[in-house]
Amino acid sequence: MPLVKNGKIATDTFVRVADDDPLPGDGAILISAARFLEDTEAVSRRLGKTGVIWPNNRDVDDLVPYLDRLAAVALVFPTFRDGRAYSQARLLRERHGYRGELRATGQVLRDQFMFMLRAGFDAFEVKKESDAVAFTSTAKRYSVFYQPTGDGRVTALHRRMQQRHSESAGR
Amino acid sequence: MYAYDELDRTLINERVSEFRDQVKRRLSGELTEDEFKMLRLQNGVYLQLHAYMLRVAIPYGTLSSKQLRRLAHVARRYDRGYGHFTTRQNIQFNWIKLAELPDALADLAEVGIHAMQTSGNNTRNVTSDQWAGVAPGEIEDPRIWSELLRQYTTLHPEFSFLPRKFKFAITASAHDRAAIKVHDIGLRLHKNAEGETGFEVLVGGGLGRTPFIGKTIKPFVPGRDLLSYVEAILRVYNQYGRRDNIYKARIKILVHELGIEKFAQEVEQEWLATRDSALTLDDAVVEEIRSRFTYPAYEKLPHMPDELKKAAHDPDFETWRKNSVAPHKVPGYAIVTLSLKPVGGPPGDATADQMDAVADLADKYSFGEIRVGHEQNLALPHVARRDLPVLWRALDKVGLATPNVNLVTDIIACPGLDYCSLANARSIPIAQELTRRFANHDTANLIGRLHVNISGCINACGHHHVGHIGILGVEKNGEEFYQITIGGRADEHAAVGTLIGPAVPYGEVADVVEDIVEAYLALRERPDELFIDAVKRLGVEPFRERVYATR
Repeated sequence: MPLVKNGKIATDTFVRVADDDPLPGDGAILISAARFLEDTEAVSRRLGKTGVIWPNNRDVDDLVPYLDRLAAVALVFPTFRDGRAYSQARLLRERHGYRGELRATGQVLRDQFMFMLRAGFDAFEVKKESDAVAFTSTAKRYSVFYQPTGDGRVTALHRRMQQRHSESAGR
Repeated sequence: MYAYDELDRTLINERVSEFRDQVKRRLSGELTEDEFKMLRLQNGVYLQLHAYMLRVAIPYGTLSSKQLRRLAHVARRYDRGYGHFTTRQNIQFNWIKLAELPDALADLAEVGIHAMQTSGNNTRNVTSDQWAGVAPGEIEDPRIWSELLRQYTTLHPEFSFLPRKFKFAITASAHDRAAIKVHDIGLRLHKNAEGETGFEVLVGGGLGRTPFIGKTIKPFVPGRDLLSYVEAILRVYNQYGRRDNIYKARIKILVHELGIEKFAQEVEQEWLATRDSALTLDDAVVEEIRSRFTYPAYEKLPHMPDELKKAAHDPDFETWRKNSVAPHKVPGYAIVTLSLKPVGGPPGDATADQMDAVADLADKYSFGEIRVGHEQNLALPHVARRDLPVLWRALDKVGLATPNVNLVTDIIACPGLDYCSLANARSIPIAQELTRRFANHDTANLIGRLHVNISGCINACGHHHVGHIGILGVEKNGEEFYQITIGGRADEHAAVGTLIGPAVPYGEVADVVEDIVEAYLALRERPDELFIDAVKRLGVEPFRERVYATR
């Protein structure tokens, strides 16, 4: 499964560690929320980055106290029809100021890229190779956005107001 | 009319090109049907019994003549020469080919029409009062806010994969023509004690297999906070709405299971964290949207012009005028409803020729504007009263002057088993039979206001729960049976109808409705006690007795 990061197909530097496997002494790891919360101190004492896979049916509030220790949060789309992780992503980015990697996992398909980018995801475990290859062109498909989110894209309403101002200034 | 600007146009064109790519990937097999299904639904494409069906949005029920002509073109070019207006200000084309869908959408995009989110588990077409902007006594034109919501809900990055579909309706009149109480979010525009404009917000209304009347979650949300408040509701729903069972996934179930107080608390908490954000609508922003709605330059005209006095001698004209013409906020003008319920016809259907004719008449007599109502009729919203006689003759020529608006033959019906893959029973032939039974206008007029709503299955697209008489098709041992309810209504006093007894077979439905109507005529206190009021006063028992005494 290819990983797309910062718009490009990239090597995944994180290793997924199952709940019953020992934690490696160093290197970047991705572990379950349950394992992380069980002993956050032990995990944090390790050398190497920590990423947590956060389920889509658990409040992100429970993760908020630890955000500054995390290098990655992986949110889950069990199917592409299940959109809970979009809300979690926006809460982490926009309300809780999380700046680390925010990874979309599960059934991640081309047709969700734009929504995910707008919600604050910056890394994508893409299901199909062809979708990963098409990432850049897909991300450019839209140039007009109606909703303000934390991604910084300027909304249509805002652009109209700017136009108004420049028109009245030029008069 | 709202005029699309370059940004709106760009966005729908980008959407069409994305969909063209999705169709191409489906046809090449790159997308599975399961993957494609959600994508096509988000563009209004269903797979029905015989073909693909395209549902096109008519936001808040407003169309220009140019747009209506384009709908006629799509009916002719890609379909079989007609379209079906639905109960949510959409039009459906029933015979479209998958490979041609992107072209049809591109043709529509040229006139600012789209099919985005007319199905799928997302925020659907925002509906409103079909008399918005012209009804006397309105607080203000609710379409300004409808358009703000249309933009806000279109391709929302957070709420495009909700637990289930989500419908908004807005009204700004005391008499609710938008059925806001049976929507996921219903908005009633009003002014608070300080004279500030805002919304009573209702949540959790809906029909389907578990009907609920919406509950007030907040009596007053200022206009500037509308979007942040809506976002708070949607965010709570997106995270906590049930996803384990499709039949329990609507917000009405979440509201019901949590209770409105608890749900309101959750929303309030979420809202307090977001209300002062980029979603706040300051006056300049609202004005910017308002400025792109244009209104006709009305003339100063007499209320009772000579043309109207003369035509009053023609009883047929008078019958139509009394039935189909409503008061306008501007003196000398009227709102004219065009019945799409001819005797023997499928409710809500219009041919391409009729659409073209209406577009021409709108240009001549209604400043080029047409409205679509949830009762599946059209309206011309700005007709000079002096033009009523000539308009009536023109409408009559194209079969659009049936004087049955709000009468027993003005039936709301879903497409039913004739088209729909979900249906258990036919709806259209029941409606057609009823229009024949009550074809005599004097009889229908004597009966007075009576809404008959027919759904071909429990999904309730024909809004049977809120029909004064509701008819629901069910299947029993491979045969079509129909449950009959009475006492439902969709207006400001919205209520779910009560079942009168065991389901009856297809062949008996029209007889049962006749029995109910006869019972009403015998029981009403006076001629102006409406059916719905008589049911409220008497309960269902006398009607039940009458219907089942001989069955």
